[in-house]
Order: sequence, then structure tokens, then C-alpha cells
Amino acid sequence: MASSGEDRRAWVPLGSLPEFADVTPLPQDDGPSPVVAIAYRDEFRETMDYFRSLYSSRELSPRSLLITTLAISFNPANYTVWQFRRQVLEALDADLTDELDFTERVAKGNAKNYQLWHHRRWVAEKLGSDAAYRELEFTRKIFYLDAKNYHAWSHRQWVLQALGGWENELDYCVQLLEEDVLNNSAWNQRYFVVTKSPLLGGLKAVRDSEVDYAIEAINMNPQNESPWRYLRGLYNDENDAWLNDSRVPSACLRVLKAKRNFKFALSTLLDLLCLGFKPNQEIRDAITSLRTPDSGEVGSDSDLAKSICSILGHEDPMRANYWTWRSSKLPQAAEV
Amino acid sequence: MEASPSPSPSSMMTVTERDQWMVEREVGRIYLLFAELPPAAQSFSLEIQRDSHIEYLTNGLRRLPPSFVSLDASRPWLCYWIIHSLALLGEPLDAELEDNVIDFLSRCQDPSGGYGGGPGQLPHLATTYAVVNSLITLGGSRSLSSINRDKVYNFLRQMKQPSGGFRMHDGGEIDVRACYTAISVASNLNILDDELAENVGDFILSCQTYEGGIAGEPGSEAHGGYTFCGLATMILINEADRLDLSRLIDWVVFRQGVECGFQGRANKLVDGCYSFWQGGTCALLQKLLPFGVSEGQGEGDESTDSIDSSLSAASNLSEQENDLKSASPQVDETCQFKHGGPQSASCSVNLGNANDNFLERRSVVGSLFNDLTLQQYILLCSQLPEGGFRDKPGKSRDFYHTCYCLSGLAVCQYSRSKHANSPPLPWAVVGPYFNLLEPIHPLHNVELSKYQEANEFFAR
Ligand SMILES: [Zn+2]
Repeated sequence: MASSGEDRRAWVPLGSLPEFADVTPLPQDDGPSPVVAIAYRDEFRETMDYFRSLYSSRELSPRSLLITTLAISFNPANYTVWQFRRQVLEALDADLTDELDFTERVAKGNAKNYQLWHHRRWVAEKLGSDAAYRELEFTRKIFYLDAKNYHAWSHRQWVLQALGGWENELDYCVQLLEEDVLNNSAWNQRYFVVTKSPLLGGLKAVRDSEVDYAIEAINMNPQNESPWRYLRGLYNDENDAWLNDSRVPSACLRVLKAKRNFKFALSTLLDLLCLGFKPNQEIRDAITSLRTPDSGEVGSDSDLAKSICSILGHEDPMRANYWTWRSSKLPQAAEV
Repeated sequence: MEASPSPSPSSMMTVTERDQWMVEREVGRIYLLFAELPPAAQSFSLEIQRDSHIEYLTNGLRRLPPSFVSLDASRPWLCYWIIHSLALLGEPLDAELEDNVIDFLSRCQDPSGGYGGGPGQLPHLATTYAVVNSLITLGGSRSLSSINRDKVYNFLRQMKQPSGGFRMHDGGEIDVRACYTAISVASNLNILDDELAENVGDFILSCQTYEGGIAGEPGSEAHGGYTFCGLATMILINEADRLDLSRLIDWVVFRQGVECGFQGRANKLVDGCYSFWQGGTCALLQKLLPFGVSEGQGEGDESTDSIDSSLSAASNLSEQENDLKSASPQVDETCQFKHGGPQSASCSVNLGNANDNFLERRSVVGSLFNDLTLQQYILLCSQLPEGGFRDKPGKSRDFYHTCYCLSGLAVCQYSRSKHANSPPLPWAVVGPYFNLLEPIHPLHNVELSKYQEANEFFAR
């Protein structure tokens, strides 16, 4: 009998198997003229007919477990099958470590499937904190193939919060960012770790070193949006602290002086100016030197903010409308 | 990654850089070919290949090959993607096919309420959304009255979680999609009440990330699909002002890249379906923002020349971008607050009216994103002349991308219109004016006149 998609031997009709002899297959009630009618292959149709029969009588038995395994191998997105499988597993008090193997096999075919990950979370929750290590390893394997798999990241965050295993998580983020500093999922995970890990003492305790980390990444590649957003995120709701960290305008200044790839540096300075930042002469000069002929005189800080919008409108034409809009809504604070 | 791609990928590149390099090369090649075409051929390649799309869609609505078993638990979605696409193209279904759709979808209705992915499957919020949107798009009393609203309401209440979120199905996952599909369905069917809306705003708020966009669950990465779902939900429950809208808009406008299309997340690849998820988010934000920029009141004084020249000058990506600047709207601050400004956060929330109030709002800021270049990406890079749309060059077409590329195109075309259903000026439509699609309701992504018909039907 076929056991999964990847190992499909000749199909043995289920009706010919003794364990299904007393089951009456239940066809799909598609009506006389169905739409989006899929030309089902015989194996699929027969499997689903047997599934429907056992599901409709809520038979929580080993053969029901078997039929869900088959149905999932044909279509791992059938949430009804997965939900029935969970009911069967509970009723049979099954060994759930087998279930880990099963989901790993399914993941080999398609690792971007809501049902698979939801099921895995259900299994891991039942297994408890003993499962943490295996779950972290499982997602690590997935990231080896696709370091931005959204479901796998959600799962990993759930594992850390529900089952633990934070010890090496910051190191893991470092490793992923060393491999690919443009991996925004890894930056997001880093933010998750520094804000949520019980071992690090919270965002304020690590903020100082995290600012340095982000600025180092910015210096390496000022076009990389991820560390810029990360840097801003470190001061999420604390504008005063954001305004008072002199490392931020210094980092922007370094980028401006290079006169290229300064979009995010200018955007960050604009954010600071809107919050009341008082730039020194060096920053003003650096901005002035990027001006285009039509960007007007730079006198007050308000002019400076307007000037930034104008430069960005020119240098970042994809967002020209956005920069025009930003220019039109500069707050009073910047219009001193 | 703003600069034009270097001639060859380097071994020093990271995975992100290498993948991006390959996409920029493919897209750049398409724009270069386009730039070298004579004007008549350029104009042709910007045409929506209406007949091919209609044939592709109508065939799919009838029957599908065996490979579609992977979507066997998403058949109402297939119906919605196809029927909505046809509605955007202004193509009615023939009466018999329409009856067959209504009959089939009613077989997906669970006896206890809500709709599943096929006959006999568990009711699921996402497929319930797809069914309700499909039936609204078909319109007419036979279609609309086939929905058992009381039972849908019971289903929604069963999926409601104490945290404020919703489960997708019995024993299913809790995320922002579930909130959006539940609240959109409830709003459309006029069954949205305080019990359903309770704490939904808290859940969505907990999903806005440090980047500014919205994630599927608290802690996850900001993502275009969830951002649309989260923002639309907040608008439907009258709580959008609880979000940090400035950070949200700053995040979303940066998702439009050098290829002219949108990416779903920072440093990911462009994908045509985000034309709707991100472009639609921009369109919603344009109606929420209190003041700003609008295109000149001048009657089409921005000639089509600026757009044509910007498109034909597409010899390379960065040059392309510079040229498009000339097509951007002028500042006009005179129209601030003229008409339907931001609603005050009144305590006496009338949920039933959130939709209509929102629709009546003027879009006072013009386009916050680059609606013209986005149309160009959809038409030149996502559209297939043989019918259907795709994620990006090199991928194959599918109904999902066809639906969301067309929806994104409609969002762009009406993005600068003062009112939801006023016809756009010629220069707002890239390609010939007969490319103009039907307008949508931006919160539910259903064709606007059909939304209005259903709204009246369910008000009774
Ligand atoms: Zn896509």
C-alpha cells in the first residue's frame, strides 16, 4: 500500500483490504453539476471516500489513523483530515513521538502549509518541555533550506515561549545574520529574543550593545533596511531615549558623508527632526551638500526637514509621493 | 539594492542578494525589451489580455486537472479567485454556471453554520469568507438568500477566543487572517456586534511589529498579507486609530521596490499578489490619513505624455524610476479636511456603518505609493498573454495570483479617484483606457456595485 507521496508503489484498492472490508465508502456530495471540479485520480477519490465514511461515523480507531495518513499524503492542506487525526490520536492515546516523524516527512514535501505547523504545535504542546530541543532542531533544518519560512519562525517562537530553550537563541541569530545580514526574519527573531528572553533581562538591559550591533551592520551596508528598522525598534516607544542616543545621528552622518546609499540615513534623521532633534552644524552641512537645485534654502530646522523630504523625493523617486506627503505634514515642533 | 544589478552574481553575495540579483535581471530584461518596442507594440503589451484571461478563468471555474488536489480543501477560494477576477473584468457568468456555483457553494455549508473547503468538510473562517464574497459577487436574491446568516453568526461566535482573536476552525490556528475573515464576513452580512468585535483590536494591536507592519501572530515578522488583514479589521471595528499609522505607512511604502512591484516583507522578493495586499493597504491608509497631498484639481492637466515617456524610457531600472518622478502628483494643500475628514474616535461606535462611512471618505492624499509603476509591473511582468497572472517572471500562472494581480490593478486605477466609484482620469490608467477594471470595495475586495447590492439586501 502507498504510505506517502514520496514512496508511491502500485495502488492497492482499499476495498480489497480485509481491515476495510466492513466500511462502506462515502462519496463526496458534489451535486449534479459541480464547479471547480477537480479530476480526481482513482486513488485519491477512493481514499477520501473511505475517509468520509470513517469521519462521518467518528470512528476513532487504528484504521482511521491509517486513512488520515493516506489522505494527508495526497493533500496535506486538508484541515478536516488533520483535525480528525488529532481526535483519533487522543482516543488511541498514541505515542506522539511517531507523530513528530510523520510531520517531518510531510514537511519534506511542502514546508509552507498551515495545517502541518499547527499540528506540530499541538503535538509539541502535548509532549511538553522535553520536546523543546527537537523542535528547535527541526526548525533549524527547515531554515537551512529556507531561512525565511514564516510558519517555521512562528513555530520556533512558540516553542521558545511555551517550552523554553532560549540558551543559544541569540547566538543562533548571530549565526544566521553572519550568513545573510539581509535576512529580515533573523533580525525579527533577534528582536524577539532581546525583548522576550527571560535570560537577557529585557530590552533596556541589552539596548546599549544592540544599538552597537545594529550600527555595525549599517556601516557595513547602509542600503540594508533591516538594521535601520531594528535600530528604531530598540527605542520603540521611548522617543526621549531615541533622541538622546548620539550614536544614531553619528551613524547617519557617516553614511551621508559617503554621499551614496543614504536613503535610510536621511529617513532616520527626518524621524529625529520630527521629534525635536537639534542637529549640529556638521549634520546640517552634510544634508545641505546633498541638496538638489530645487530643494530650497536651509535655514531653520523646519527647512532642514523639508530639505530632506526634497532630497529623498529626488533620490528615491519610487516614493516621491510619500516624501511629498511627509513634507506637507511636518509637525509644528520642527517648524521652529 | 537600489542600484541596477551588477553584470554577474558574485560568490560574496548572500542568499538574499543572489536571489534579488536574479529577479532584477529578469525584470530588467523585460523592461528593456519593452523600451525597445515601437509605440504601437508598447501599447499592445500594456493591454489587459481580456479574452485570454476570461477563457482561462471560465475553464477553471468548470473543471480542473488532477494536480489541483492540493487545493481540494480550498474550492470556495478557487470560486472566489475566479468569480472576483471575472467581475473585475466586467464579464458576467452565464446563468447556468451561476446556478451551479450557488448550488455547489451551498453544499459546502455546514449544517451547524459556516462553510468548509468542500462538501462535508469542517466549516472554516477563510472558506466562509471566500463563499460569502463569491455569493455577493454573483448577487441576486437566490445567491444572497442561500446564506444562513443566523448559523454563520453561531459559527463565528464558536470560533471567537477569550483573547479577542478567532480560531480558523474547530481546533484550528488563531491569527490575524482569522480576525479579518470573521469580521469581514460579519460586516458584510450585517451581523457584526459587540460580542464579535470584543478585544479584536487588542489582538491586532499586539501583532503590529517594531518595523511598523503587522504580523500573523504576536512576535512574528511584519508581512503584507497580515498587514492588509489587520488594518482592514481595525477599520471595520472602528479602531484603526489605535495602530501606529505613521510607522505602518512608512513600512508599507518601502515594500515597493526597484522592480516596481511590492514585496511581502523587508528584503524579500517582489511578488504580484502583494500588489493587492500592500497596494490595498496603501489605499486604505490614504483614506485614513488626516491631511496631505492630492493631485491637482486641474482636469487632467497632467498629460498622458509624462506617463508614456516614463514607460518608454525604461531602458534600465534606475533610470526608469527617475523618469517616473515626472508623473507624480503636485502638492495641493487646499483640500485638507474639505470632505469627510478623519472620524473622531467616538465612543458610540456604530459598527454597521463603518463600511459606508469609510467608503464615503475622500482619499485626500492622492497616491502614497507609486500606482503607475505598479500597474506596469503587473501588466508587463505578471500578466501572461495566454491568460492569467503570476507571482513574477519565471513562475507559472495560478488563480490566486490572477485574482490579486487584477485586484491590485483595480486599486491602482482608482487610487487617485476622489470617490470610490468615480471613473479615473485617463492618465491614472496605465495602458489603453479600456484596461479600466470595475472598482472594488477596498475592505472586502468585492466588486463595488455588488457590495452595495448585498449591503442593501442584508440591511433588510
Ligand atoms: Zn504571491
